[in-house]
Amino acid sequence: MTPPVSIRVDQFTKRYGRVIALQNVSFDAAPGEALALWGPNGAGKTTLLKAMLGLIDFQGRIQIEGNDVRRAGKIARRQIGYVPQEALFYDLSVQATLEFYARLKKAGSARVARLLERVGLGEHARKPVPALSGGLKQRLALAVALLADPPILLLDEPTANLDTQARRDYLALLAALHHEGKTILFASHRIEEVEALADRVLMIKDGRLAETTTPEALHAQLSTEVELTLWISDAQRAQAKACLDDQGIPARLNGRGTVIVRVRAEQKMQPLELLNACGVSVLNFELEQVASWN
Amino acid sequence: MELSLVWTIAQRELREALKNKWLWFYAAAFAGLALALSQAGLASAGYAGLGGFGRTAASLVNALLLFVPLMGLSVGAGALAGDRERGTLLYLLAQPVNRAEIFFGKAVGAALALFAALGLGFGLAGLGLASAGDGNAAAYLSLAAFTFLLALTSLGLGFVISALTRKGATAAGAALIVWLVLVFFGDLGLMGATLALRPTPGTLLGMLLANPLQIFKLAAIYSLRATLDTLGAVGQSAYFQFGNALPFVLLALLAGWIVVSFGIAFTLFNRPGDA
Repeated sequence: MTPPVSIRVDQFTKRYGRVIALQNVSFDAAPGEALALWGPNGAGKTTLLKAMLGLIDFQGRIQIEGNDVRRAGKIARRQIGYVPQEALFYDLSVQATLEFYARLKKAGSARVARLLERVGLGEHARKPVPALSGGLKQRLALAVALLADPPILLLDEPTANLDTQARRDYLALLAALHHEGKTILFASHRIEEVEALADRVLMIKDGRLAETTTPEALHAQLSTEVELTLWISDAQRAQAKACLDDQGIPARLNGRGTVIVRVRAEQKMQPLELLNACGVSVLNFELEQVASWN
Repeated sequence: MELSLVWTIAQRELREALKNKWLWFYAAAFAGLALALSQAGLASAGYAGLGGFGRTAASLVNALLLFVPLMGLSVGAGALAGDRERGTLLYLLAQPVNRAEIFFGKAVGAALALFAALGLGFGLAGLGLASAGDGNAAAYLSLAAFTFLLALTSLGLGFVISALTRKGATAAGAALIVWLVLVFFGDLGLMGATLALRPTPGTLLGMLLANPLQIFKLAAIYSLRATLDTLGAVGQSAYFQFGNALPFVLLALLAGWIVVSFGIAFTLFNRPGDA
Protein backbone atom coordinates (compact mmCIF):
# COMPACT_ATOMS: atom_id res chain seq x y z
CA MET A 1 0.00 0.00 0.00
CA THR A 2 1.40 3.40 -0.98
CA PRO A 3 1.71 5.88 1.89
CA PRO A 4 -0.70 8.86 1.86
CA VAL A 5 0.63 11.99 0.22
CA SER A 6 -0.37 15.54 1.06
CA ILE A 7 1.75 17.34 -1.51
CA ARG A 8 3.19 15.71 -4.63
CA VAL A 9 5.57 17.59 -6.92
CA ASP A 10 6.53 15.63 -9.98
CA GLN A 11 9.17 16.74 -12.51
CA PHE A 12 8.47 20.41 -11.84
CA THR A 13 10.26 22.72 -14.26
CA LYS A 14 9.87 26.47 -14.57
CA ARG A 15 11.44 28.57 -17.29
CA TYR A 16 11.47 32.35 -17.59
CA GLY A 17 12.24 32.77 -21.25
CA ARG A 18 15.54 30.98 -21.79
CA VAL A 19 16.41 30.99 -18.11
CA ILE A 20 15.57 27.80 -16.23
CA ALA A 21 14.59 28.74 -12.69
CA LEU A 22 13.92 25.19 -11.50
CA GLN A 23 14.33 21.89 -13.33
CA ASN A 24 12.92 18.42 -12.68
CA VAL A 25 12.12 19.00 -9.03
CA SER A 26 10.22 16.07 -7.51
CA PHE A 27 9.26 15.32 -3.92
CA ASP A 28 6.34 14.23 -1.75
CA ALA A 29 5.18 15.51 1.61
CA ALA A 30 3.34 13.14 3.91
CA PRO A 31 0.36 14.38 5.95
CA GLY A 32 1.58 16.17 9.06
CA GLU A 33 5.12 16.49 7.78
CA ALA A 34 7.02 19.78 7.86
CA LEU A 35 9.37 20.35 4.93
CA ALA A 36 11.81 23.20 4.55
CA LEU A 37 12.75 24.47 1.10
CA TRP A 38 16.31 25.56 1.69
CA GLY A 39 18.36 27.67 -0.65
CA PRO A 40 19.85 31.12 -1.15
CA ASN A 41 17.82 34.09 -2.38
CA GLY A 42 16.83 33.55 -5.99
CA ALA A 43 17.04 29.76 -5.74
CA GLY A 44 13.44 29.38 -6.86
CA LYS A 45 11.74 28.67 -3.52
CA THR A 46 9.03 31.30 -3.99
CA THR A 47 8.54 30.19 -7.60
CA LEU A 48 7.73 26.68 -6.40
CA LEU A 49 5.28 27.94 -3.78
CA LYS A 50 3.55 30.16 -6.36
CA ALA A 51 3.24 27.19 -8.70
CA MET A 52 1.57 25.19 -5.92
CA LEU A 53 -0.98 27.96 -5.60
CA GLY A 54 -1.60 27.92 -9.35
CA LEU A 55 -0.27 31.45 -9.72
CA ILE A 56 2.27 30.69 -12.44
CA ASP A 57 2.47 28.41 -15.41
CA PHE A 58 4.96 25.52 -15.28
CA GLN A 59 5.88 22.12 -16.69
CA GLY A 60 5.44 18.96 -14.69
CA ARG A 61 2.71 18.16 -12.18
CA ILE A 62 1.77 19.33 -8.71
CA GLN A 63 -0.96 17.68 -6.67
CA ILE A 64 -2.38 19.02 -3.43
CA GLU A 65 -4.32 16.39 -1.50
CA GLY A 66 -4.77 14.60 -4.82
CA ASN A 67 -5.94 17.70 -6.72
CA ASP A 68 -3.98 18.83 -9.75
CA VAL A 69 -3.27 22.54 -9.24
CA ARG A 70 -3.67 23.30 -12.94
CA ARG A 71 -6.94 21.47 -13.49
CA ALA A 72 -8.50 22.00 -10.07
CA GLY A 73 -6.67 25.04 -8.78
CA LYS A 74 -9.51 26.38 -6.69
CA ILE A 75 -10.12 23.03 -4.97
CA ALA A 76 -6.38 22.67 -4.39
CA ARG A 77 -6.20 26.16 -2.87
CA ARG A 78 -9.04 25.23 -0.47
CA GLN A 79 -6.61 22.75 1.07
CA ILE A 80 -3.91 25.40 1.50
CA GLY A 81 -3.31 28.24 3.90
CA TYR A 82 -0.71 30.56 2.41
CA VAL A 83 1.50 33.00 4.29
CA PRO A 84 3.64 35.18 2.01
CA GLN A 85 6.93 36.69 3.04
CA GLU A 86 5.23 40.04 3.45
CA ALA A 87 1.46 39.85 3.50
CA LEU A 88 -0.21 42.82 1.82
CA PHE A 89 -3.74 43.61 2.82
CA TYR A 90 -6.44 46.06 1.84
CA ASP A 91 -6.95 49.18 3.88
CA LEU A 92 -9.43 47.59 6.29
CA SER A 93 -9.45 46.89 10.02
CA VAL A 94 -8.01 43.60 11.28
CA GLN A 95 -11.51 42.28 11.99
CA ALA A 96 -12.89 43.39 8.58
CA THR A 97 -9.88 41.84 6.83
CA LEU A 98 -10.45 38.50 8.51
CA GLU A 99 -14.19 38.69 7.79
CA PHE A 100 -13.53 39.41 4.10
CA TYR A 101 -11.24 36.40 3.69
CA ALA A 102 -13.58 34.30 5.87
CA ARG A 103 -16.39 34.94 3.36
CA LEU A 104 -14.07 33.90 0.52
CA LYS A 105 -13.14 30.74 2.40
CA LYS A 106 -16.66 30.13 3.70
CA ALA A 107 -15.55 30.23 7.34
CA GLY A 108 -17.93 31.33 10.07
CA SER A 109 -17.64 34.39 12.33
CA ALA A 110 -16.95 32.13 15.34
CA ARG A 111 -13.81 30.95 13.57
CA VAL A 112 -12.73 34.58 13.06
CA ALA A 113 -13.11 35.34 16.75
CA ARG A 114 -11.25 32.17 17.74
CA LEU A 115 -8.35 32.87 15.40
CA LEU A 116 -8.03 36.48 16.52
CA GLU A 117 -7.40 35.17 20.02
CA ARG A 118 -5.19 32.30 18.93
CA VAL A 119 -2.72 34.45 17.01
CA GLY A 120 -2.80 37.19 19.65
CA LEU A 121 -4.66 39.82 17.64
CA GLY A 122 -7.74 40.06 19.88
CA GLU A 123 -6.82 43.46 21.26
CA HIS A 124 -5.90 44.76 17.79
CA ALA A 125 -9.16 43.69 16.07
CA ARG A 126 -10.39 47.24 15.48
CA LYS A 127 -7.07 48.66 14.34
CA PRO A 128 -6.55 49.38 10.64
CA VAL A 129 -4.13 46.85 9.15
CA PRO A 130 -1.63 49.50 7.96
CA ALA A 131 -1.17 50.53 11.60
CA LEU A 132 0.06 47.04 12.59
CA SER A 133 3.73 46.16 13.03
CA GLY A 134 5.36 43.66 10.66
CA GLY A 135 5.07 40.93 13.27
CA LEU A 136 1.35 41.52 13.80
CA LYS A 137 0.75 41.60 10.04
CA GLN A 138 2.41 38.19 9.76
CA ARG A 139 0.14 36.96 12.56
CA LEU A 140 -2.83 38.28 10.61
CA ALA A 141 -1.60 36.45 7.51
CA LEU A 142 -1.38 33.26 9.55
CA ALA A 143 -4.92 33.82 10.85
CA VAL A 144 -6.15 34.29 7.26
CA ALA A 145 -4.31 31.12 6.26
CA LEU A 146 -6.02 29.16 9.05
CA LEU A 147 -9.57 30.42 8.43
CA ALA A 148 -10.78 27.33 6.61
CA ASP A 149 -8.67 25.04 8.83
CA PRO A 150 -6.72 23.73 5.81
CA PRO A 151 -4.58 20.61 6.15
CA ILE A 152 -1.61 22.30 4.42
CA LEU A 153 0.28 25.48 5.19
CA LEU A 154 2.60 27.07 2.63
CA LEU A 155 4.89 29.66 4.18
CA ASP A 156 7.29 31.84 2.25
CA GLU A 157 10.12 32.87 4.57
CA PRO A 158 7.58 33.49 7.30
CA THR A 159 9.88 35.22 9.78
CA ALA A 160 12.15 37.06 7.36
CA ASN A 161 10.89 40.50 8.38
CA LEU A 162 10.46 39.90 12.10
CA ASP A 163 12.64 40.92 15.03
CA THR A 164 14.09 38.28 17.34
CA GLN A 165 11.24 38.13 19.86
CA ALA A 166 8.52 38.24 17.20
CA ARG A 167 10.34 35.51 15.28
CA ARG A 168 10.53 33.30 18.37
CA ASP A 169 6.81 33.78 19.12
CA TYR A 170 5.85 33.14 15.52
CA LEU A 171 7.90 29.97 15.29
CA ALA A 172 6.23 28.74 18.50
CA LEU A 173 2.83 29.28 16.84
CA LEU A 174 3.94 27.36 13.76
CA ALA A 175 5.44 24.58 15.84
CA ALA A 176 2.08 24.19 17.64
CA LEU A 177 0.31 23.93 14.28
CA HIS A 178 2.81 21.31 13.15
CA HIS A 179 2.16 19.42 16.38
CA GLU A 180 -1.58 19.54 15.60
CA GLY A 181 -0.91 17.67 12.37
CA LYS A 182 -0.74 20.36 9.70
CA THR A 183 1.42 19.59 6.71
CA ILE A 184 3.83 22.50 6.42
CA LEU A 185 6.03 23.45 3.49
CA PHE A 186 8.08 26.56 4.04
CA ALA A 187 10.77 28.39 2.17
CA SER A 188 13.65 29.50 4.31
CA HIS A 189 17.27 30.44 4.48
CA ARG A 190 17.34 30.72 8.26
CA ILE A 191 18.72 27.74 10.13
CA GLU A 192 16.75 28.58 13.31
CA GLU A 193 13.47 28.34 11.36
CA VAL A 194 14.49 25.01 9.93
CA GLU A 195 15.61 23.64 13.29
CA ALA A 196 12.44 24.81 15.01
CA LEU A 197 10.03 23.43 12.46
CA ALA A 198 11.29 21.08 9.78
CA ASP A 199 11.26 17.29 9.70
CA ARG A 200 13.10 17.25 6.38
CA VAL A 201 15.03 19.79 4.35
CA LEU A 202 14.91 20.03 0.57
CA MET A 203 18.07 21.76 -0.55
CA ILE A 204 17.71 23.67 -3.81
CA LYS A 205 20.87 24.52 -5.66
CA ASP A 206 21.49 25.66 -9.22
CA GLY A 207 17.83 25.23 -10.10
CA ARG A 208 17.66 21.61 -8.96
CA LEU A 209 16.71 19.69 -5.85
CA ALA A 210 20.27 18.90 -4.87
CA GLU A 211 19.67 16.93 -1.71
CA THR A 212 17.10 15.94 0.88
CA THR A 213 18.50 16.06 4.37
CA THR A 214 17.63 16.55 8.04
CA PRO A 215 17.78 19.83 9.99
CA GLU A 216 20.57 18.33 12.12
CA ALA A 217 22.65 17.42 9.09
CA LEU A 218 22.06 20.87 7.61
CA HIS A 219 23.15 22.48 10.86
CA ALA A 220 26.30 20.38 10.95
CA GLN A 221 27.00 21.21 7.33
CA LEU A 222 26.51 24.93 7.88
CA SER A 223 28.52 25.14 11.05
CA THR A 224 31.47 23.18 9.69
CA GLU A 225 33.76 26.19 9.61
CA VAL A 226 34.16 29.57 11.16
CA GLU A 227 36.47 32.36 10.11
CA LEU A 228 38.39 34.16 12.84
CA THR A 229 39.74 37.64 12.19
CA LEU A 230 42.43 38.38 14.76
CA TRP A 231 43.75 41.84 15.58
CA ILE A 232 47.42 41.53 16.54
CA SER A 233 50.02 44.27 16.89
CA ASP A 234 52.39 44.88 13.94
CA ALA A 235 55.35 43.57 15.94
CA GLN A 236 53.76 40.20 16.67
CA ARG A 237 51.80 39.57 13.47
CA ALA A 238 54.47 37.54 11.65
CA GLN A 239 55.10 35.55 14.83
CA ALA A 240 51.39 34.80 15.12
CA LYS A 241 51.21 33.53 11.54
CA ALA A 242 54.27 31.31 12.07
CA CYS A 243 52.86 29.96 15.34
CA LEU A 244 49.54 29.00 13.76
CA ASP A 245 51.14 27.62 10.58
CA ASP A 246 53.46 25.43 12.68
CA GLN A 247 50.45 23.90 14.43
CA GLY A 248 48.77 23.07 11.14
CA ILE A 249 46.29 25.98 11.15
CA PRO A 250 46.91 27.91 7.94
CA ALA A 251 46.82 31.63 8.62
CA ARG A 252 46.97 34.56 6.26
CA LEU A 253 47.61 38.25 6.73
CA ASN A 254 45.25 40.66 5.09
CA GLY A 255 45.63 44.26 4.04
CA ARG A 256 43.90 45.63 7.16
CA GLY A 257 46.67 44.29 9.36
CA THR A 258 44.77 41.34 10.74
CA VAL A 259 45.44 37.63 10.76
CA ILE A 260 42.74 35.40 9.39
CA VAL A 261 42.27 31.72 10.10
CA ARG A 262 39.52 29.30 9.18
CA VAL A 263 38.83 26.40 11.56
CA ARG A 264 36.10 23.91 12.34
CA ALA A 265 33.37 25.47 14.44
CA GLU A 266 34.01 23.24 17.45
CA GLN A 267 37.71 24.21 17.41
CA LYS A 268 37.29 27.96 17.34
CA MET A 269 39.10 28.47 20.67
CA GLN A 270 42.20 26.59 19.50
CA PRO A 271 43.89 29.46 17.58
CA LEU A 272 43.45 31.77 20.58
CA GLU A 273 44.92 29.20 22.95
CA LEU A 274 47.85 28.50 20.61
CA LEU A 275 48.68 32.18 20.23
CA ASN A 276 48.54 32.60 23.98
CA ALA A 277 50.96 29.70 24.38
CA CYS A 278 53.29 31.30 21.80
CA GLY A 279 53.23 34.56 23.77
CA VAL A 280 51.22 36.48 21.17
CA SER A 281 48.65 38.96 22.47
CA VAL A 282 45.36 38.99 20.61
CA LEU A 283 44.01 42.55 20.86
CA ASN A 284 40.58 41.74 19.48
CA PHE A 285 38.84 39.22 17.27
CA GLU A 286 35.74 38.72 15.14
CA LEU A 287 34.01 35.44 14.48
CA GLU A 288 32.01 34.72 11.37
CA GLN A 289 30.21 31.52 10.52
CA VAL A 290 31.07 30.45 7.02
CA ALA A 291 27.71 29.58 5.51
CA SER A 292 28.13 27.21 2.65
CA TRP A 293 25.45 26.35 0.09
CA ASN A 294 27.53 23.40 -1.06
CA MET B 1 -18.14 30.58 -10.93
CA GLU B 2 -19.66 31.09 -7.47
CA LEU B 3 -21.82 34.21 -7.36
CA SER B 4 -21.44 34.57 -3.59
CA LEU B 5 -17.68 34.97 -4.06
CA VAL B 6 -18.21 37.45 -6.91
CA TRP B 7 -20.49 39.49 -4.66
CA THR B 8 -18.02 39.38 -1.73
CA ILE B 9 -15.28 40.75 -3.97
CA ALA B 10 -17.71 43.26 -5.53
CA GLN B 11 -18.66 44.63 -2.12
CA ARG B 12 -15.03 45.18 -1.20
CA GLU B 13 -14.31 46.75 -4.57
CA LEU B 14 -17.34 49.03 -4.21
CA ARG B 15 -16.10 50.21 -0.81
CA GLU B 16 -12.62 50.79 -2.26
CA ALA B 17 -13.95 52.64 -5.33
CA LEU B 18 -16.21 54.83 -3.21
CA LYS B 19 -13.08 55.97 -1.36
CA ASN B 20 -11.67 57.20 -4.68
CA LYS B 21 -11.59 61.00 -4.31
CA TRP B 22 -11.34 61.53 -8.07
CA LEU B 23 -14.58 59.63 -8.64
CA TRP B 24 -16.41 61.96 -6.27
CA PHE B 25 -14.64 65.01 -7.66
CA TYR B 26 -15.85 64.14 -11.17
CA ALA B 27 -19.31 63.27 -9.85
CA ALA B 28 -19.54 66.56 -7.94
CA ALA B 29 -18.28 68.52 -10.96
CA PHE B 30 -20.80 66.77 -13.19
CA ALA B 31 -23.64 67.34 -10.70
CA GLY B 32 -22.70 71.02 -10.31
CA LEU B 33 -22.52 71.51 -14.05
CA ALA B 34 -25.80 69.66 -14.58
CA LEU B 35 -27.52 71.83 -11.97
CA ALA B 36 -26.09 75.00 -13.50
CA LEU B 37 -27.17 73.90 -16.97
CA SER B 38 -30.68 73.12 -15.77
CA GLN B 39 -30.97 76.61 -14.24
CA ALA B 40 -29.44 78.29 -17.29
CA GLY B 41 -31.73 76.31 -19.60
CA LEU B 42 -34.79 77.37 -17.63
CA ALA B 43 -33.67 80.97 -17.59
CA SER B 44 -33.16 81.01 -21.36
CA ALA B 45 -36.57 79.37 -21.79
CA GLY B 46 -38.15 82.27 -19.98
CA TYR B 47 -36.21 84.76 -22.08
CA ALA B 48 -36.33 83.22 -25.52
CA GLY B 49 -39.36 81.02 -25.19
CA LEU B 50 -37.43 77.91 -26.20
CA GLY B 51 -37.91 74.50 -24.65
CA GLY B 52 -35.87 74.65 -21.44
CA PHE B 53 -35.56 70.88 -21.00
CA GLY B 54 -34.38 70.16 -24.54
CA ARG B 55 -31.70 72.82 -24.29
CA THR B 56 -30.59 71.69 -20.84
CA ALA B 57 -30.50 68.04 -21.87
CA ALA B 58 -28.50 68.81 -25.03
CA SER B 59 -25.96 70.74 -22.96
CA LEU B 60 -25.95 67.87 -20.50
CA VAL B 61 -24.99 65.45 -23.29
CA ASN B 62 -21.82 67.45 -23.97
CA ALA B 63 -20.99 67.45 -20.26
CA LEU B 64 -21.60 63.70 -20.08
CA LEU B 65 -19.32 63.11 -23.06
CA LEU B 66 -16.50 64.70 -21.08
CA PHE B 67 -17.11 63.40 -17.57
CA VAL B 68 -18.46 59.87 -17.97
CA PRO B 69 -15.53 58.39 -19.97
CA LEU B 70 -13.09 60.05 -17.58
CA MET B 71 -14.84 58.50 -14.58
CA GLY B 72 -15.17 55.05 -16.15
CA LEU B 73 -11.64 54.92 -17.54
CA SER B 74 -10.00 56.10 -14.32
CA VAL B 75 -11.95 53.73 -12.05
CA GLY B 76 -11.40 50.80 -14.44
CA ALA B 77 -7.71 51.51 -14.94
CA GLY B 78 -7.06 51.42 -11.21
CA ALA B 79 -9.07 48.28 -10.51
CA LEU B 80 -6.49 45.60 -11.37
CA ALA B 81 -3.26 47.57 -11.78
CA GLY B 82 -3.54 49.18 -8.34
CA ASP B 83 -4.04 45.82 -6.65
CA ARG B 84 -1.26 44.27 -8.69
CA GLU B 85 1.16 47.05 -7.73
CA ARG B 86 0.28 46.80 -4.02
CA GLY B 87 0.66 43.01 -4.07
CA THR B 88 -2.91 42.49 -2.86
CA LEU B 89 -3.91 40.88 -6.18
CA LEU B 90 -1.34 38.10 -5.78
CA TYR B 91 -2.58 37.45 -2.26
CA LEU B 92 -6.19 37.38 -3.46
CA LEU B 93 -5.30 34.95 -6.26
CA ALA B 94 -3.71 32.67 -3.65
CA GLN B 95 -7.12 32.23 -2.00
CA PRO B 96 -9.71 29.62 -3.06
CA VAL B 97 -11.24 31.85 -5.74
CA ASN B 98 -10.72 31.70 -9.47
CA ARG B 99 -9.72 34.50 -11.79
CA ALA B 100 -13.22 34.89 -13.22
CA GLU B 101 -14.66 35.47 -9.73
CA ILE B 102 -12.02 38.08 -8.98
CA PHE B 103 -12.39 39.81 -12.35
CA PHE B 104 -16.18 39.97 -12.36
CA GLY B 105 -16.30 40.83 -8.67
CA LYS B 106 -14.06 43.80 -9.33
CA ALA B 107 -16.05 44.78 -12.42
CA VAL B 108 -19.40 44.64 -10.61
CA GLY B 109 -18.04 46.61 -7.64
CA ALA B 110 -16.51 49.28 -9.87
CA ALA B 111 -19.70 49.52 -11.95
CA LEU B 112 -21.82 49.96 -8.83
CA ALA B 113 -19.52 52.74 -7.62
CA LEU B 114 -19.82 54.46 -11.01
CA PHE B 115 -23.60 54.12 -10.98
CA ALA B 116 -23.70 55.60 -7.49
CA ALA B 117 -21.66 58.63 -8.58
CA LEU B 118 -23.64 59.10 -11.80
CA GLY B 119 -26.93 58.54 -9.97
CA LEU B 120 -26.01 61.39 -7.65
CA GLY B 121 -25.31 63.69 -10.61
CA PHE B 122 -28.46 62.73 -12.48
CA GLY B 123 -30.50 62.93 -9.30
CA LEU B 124 -29.40 66.47 -8.52
CA ALA B 125 -29.86 67.63 -12.10
CA GLY B 126 -33.27 65.96 -12.21
CA LEU B 127 -34.27 67.72 -9.01
CA GLY B 128 -33.19 71.02 -10.53
CA LEU B 129 -35.37 70.43 -13.58
CA ALA B 130 -38.31 69.08 -11.63
CA SER B 131 -38.28 71.98 -9.16
CA ALA B 132 -39.00 74.35 -12.06
CA GLY B 133 -41.79 72.10 -13.30
CA ASP B 134 -39.99 71.51 -16.59
CA GLY B 135 -38.81 68.26 -18.07
CA ASN B 136 -39.59 65.06 -19.84
CA ALA B 137 -39.13 62.20 -17.42
CA ALA B 138 -39.06 59.48 -20.08
CA ALA B 139 -36.42 61.26 -22.17
CA TYR B 140 -34.40 62.02 -19.05
CA LEU B 141 -34.46 58.38 -17.94
CA SER B 142 -33.54 57.26 -21.43
CA LEU B 143 -30.57 59.63 -21.36
CA ALA B 144 -29.57 58.24 -17.95
CA ALA B 145 -29.79 54.66 -19.26
CA PHE B 146 -27.54 55.41 -22.25
CA THR B 147 -25.16 57.23 -19.90
CA PHE B 148 -24.88 54.15 -17.70
CA LEU B 149 -24.06 52.11 -20.82
CA LEU B 150 -21.38 54.62 -21.80
CA ALA B 151 -20.03 54.39 -18.25
CA LEU B 152 -19.81 50.60 -18.56
CA THR B 153 -18.06 50.88 -21.94
CA SER B 154 -15.51 53.28 -20.46
CA LEU B 155 -15.10 51.01 -17.46
CA GLY B 156 -14.46 48.06 -19.79
CA LEU B 157 -11.80 50.03 -21.67
CA GLY B 158 -10.33 51.00 -18.29
CA PHE B 159 -10.17 47.32 -17.34
CA VAL B 160 -8.32 46.55 -20.60
CA ILE B 161 -5.74 49.20 -19.65
CA SER B 162 -5.59 47.80 -16.12
CA ALA B 163 -5.06 44.23 -17.33
CA LEU B 164 -2.17 45.41 -19.51
CA THR B 165 -0.32 47.51 -16.94
CA ARG B 166 1.50 46.65 -13.74
CA LYS B 167 1.55 50.05 -12.03
CA GLY B 168 -1.35 52.23 -10.96
CA ALA B 169 0.30 55.44 -12.20
CA THR B 170 0.98 53.93 -15.64
CA ALA B 171 -2.64 52.78 -15.86
CA ALA B 172 -3.92 56.23 -14.85
CA GLY B 173 -1.71 57.89 -17.49
CA ALA B 174 -2.85 55.46 -20.17
CA ALA B 175 -6.48 56.05 -19.18
CA LEU B 176 -5.99 59.79 -19.63
CA ILE B 177 -4.48 59.25 -23.10
CA VAL B 178 -7.36 56.99 -24.15
CA TRP B 179 -9.81 59.59 -22.85
CA LEU B 180 -8.09 62.33 -24.89
CA VAL B 181 -8.16 60.11 -27.98
CA LEU B 182 -11.84 59.27 -27.57
CA VAL B 183 -13.04 62.74 -26.62
CA PHE B 184 -10.88 65.07 -28.69
CA PHE B 185 -8.92 63.18 -31.30
CA GLY B 186 -12.00 61.11 -32.15
CA ASP B 187 -13.78 64.27 -33.29
CA LEU B 188 -10.68 65.81 -34.87
CA GLY B 189 -9.81 62.57 -36.64
CA LEU B 190 -13.30 62.32 -38.00
CA MET B 191 -13.17 65.91 -39.26
CA GLY B 192 -9.77 65.31 -40.81
CA ALA B 193 -10.93 62.11 -42.47
CA THR B 194 -14.03 63.88 -43.78
CA LEU B 195 -11.90 66.60 -45.35
CA ALA B 196 -9.27 64.25 -46.72
CA LEU B 197 -11.41 61.32 -47.88
CA ARG B 198 -14.72 63.05 -48.55
CA PRO B 199 -16.65 59.93 -47.49
CA THR B 200 -20.31 59.34 -48.21
CA PRO B 201 -22.67 59.95 -45.27
CA GLY B 202 -23.00 56.17 -44.89
CA THR B 203 -19.21 55.68 -44.63
CA LEU B 204 -19.00 58.63 -42.27
CA LEU B 205 -21.70 57.03 -40.14
CA GLY B 206 -19.65 53.82 -40.02
CA MET B 207 -16.58 55.76 -38.91
CA LEU B 208 -18.67 57.55 -36.34
CA LEU B 209 -19.98 54.32 -34.87
CA ALA B 210 -16.43 53.04 -34.33
CA ASN B 211 -16.19 55.47 -31.40
CA PRO B 212 -18.43 54.56 -28.43
CA LEU B 213 -18.69 58.23 -27.49
CA GLN B 214 -20.22 59.04 -30.87
CA ILE B 215 -22.65 56.12 -30.51
CA PHE B 216 -23.70 57.58 -27.17
CA LYS B 217 -24.01 61.06 -28.68
CA LEU B 218 -26.30 59.77 -31.44
CA ALA B 219 -28.36 57.73 -28.96
CA ALA B 220 -28.64 60.59 -26.49
CA ILE B 221 -29.70 63.17 -29.07
CA TYR B 222 -32.14 60.74 -30.63
CA SER B 223 -33.67 59.89 -27.26
CA LEU B 224 -34.03 63.58 -26.36
CA ARG B 225 -35.42 64.92 -29.59
CA ALA B 226 -36.39 61.81 -31.56
CA THR B 227 -34.73 63.39 -34.60
CA LEU B 228 -31.12 63.61 -35.71
CA ASP B 229 -31.45 66.77 -37.79
CA THR B 230 -28.91 68.48 -35.59
CA LEU B 231 -26.28 66.01 -36.78
CA GLY B 232 -26.86 66.95 -40.42
CA ALA B 233 -26.27 64.45 -43.21
CA VAL B 234 -24.84 61.79 -40.92
CA GLY B 235 -27.87 61.93 -38.65
CA GLN B 236 -30.17 61.77 -41.64
CA SER B 237 -28.20 58.84 -43.02
CA ALA B 238 -28.45 57.01 -39.69
CA TYR B 239 -32.19 57.52 -39.55
CA PHE B 240 -32.53 56.60 -43.23
CA GLN B 241 -30.60 53.35 -42.74
CA PHE B 242 -32.11 52.15 -39.48
CA GLY B 243 -35.40 54.01 -39.14
CA ASN B 244 -37.19 53.45 -35.82
CA ALA B 245 -34.78 50.60 -35.02
CA LEU B 246 -31.97 53.16 -34.64
CA PRO B 247 -32.06 53.35 -30.80
CA PHE B 248 -31.95 49.56 -30.62
CA VAL B 249 -29.02 49.45 -33.06
CA LEU B 250 -27.20 52.03 -30.94
CA LEU B 251 -28.08 50.10 -27.81
CA ALA B 252 -26.70 46.91 -29.36
CA LEU B 253 -23.52 48.72 -30.45
CA LEU B 254 -22.90 50.05 -26.95
CA ALA B 255 -23.65 46.61 -25.50
CA GLY B 256 -21.18 45.18 -28.04
CA TRP B 257 -18.52 47.62 -26.88
CA ILE B 258 -19.16 46.58 -23.28
CA VAL B 259 -18.96 42.86 -24.03
CA VAL B 260 -15.87 43.19 -26.24
CA SER B 261 -13.96 45.50 -23.89
CA PHE B 262 -14.64 43.39 -20.79
CA GLY B 263 -14.01 40.24 -22.84
CA ILE B 264 -10.58 41.48 -23.94
CA ALA B 265 -9.78 42.60 -20.39
CA PHE B 266 -10.75 39.21 -18.96
CA THR B 267 -8.75 37.32 -21.60
CA LEU B 268 -5.69 39.41 -20.72
CA PHE B 269 -6.25 39.00 -17.00
CA ASN B 270 -6.80 35.26 -17.35
CA ARG B 271 -3.38 34.62 -18.90
CA PRO B 272 -1.45 32.06 -16.87
CA GLY B 273 1.17 33.74 -14.79
CA ASP B 274 -0.47 37.14 -14.87
CA ALA B 275 -0.50 38.16 -11.25
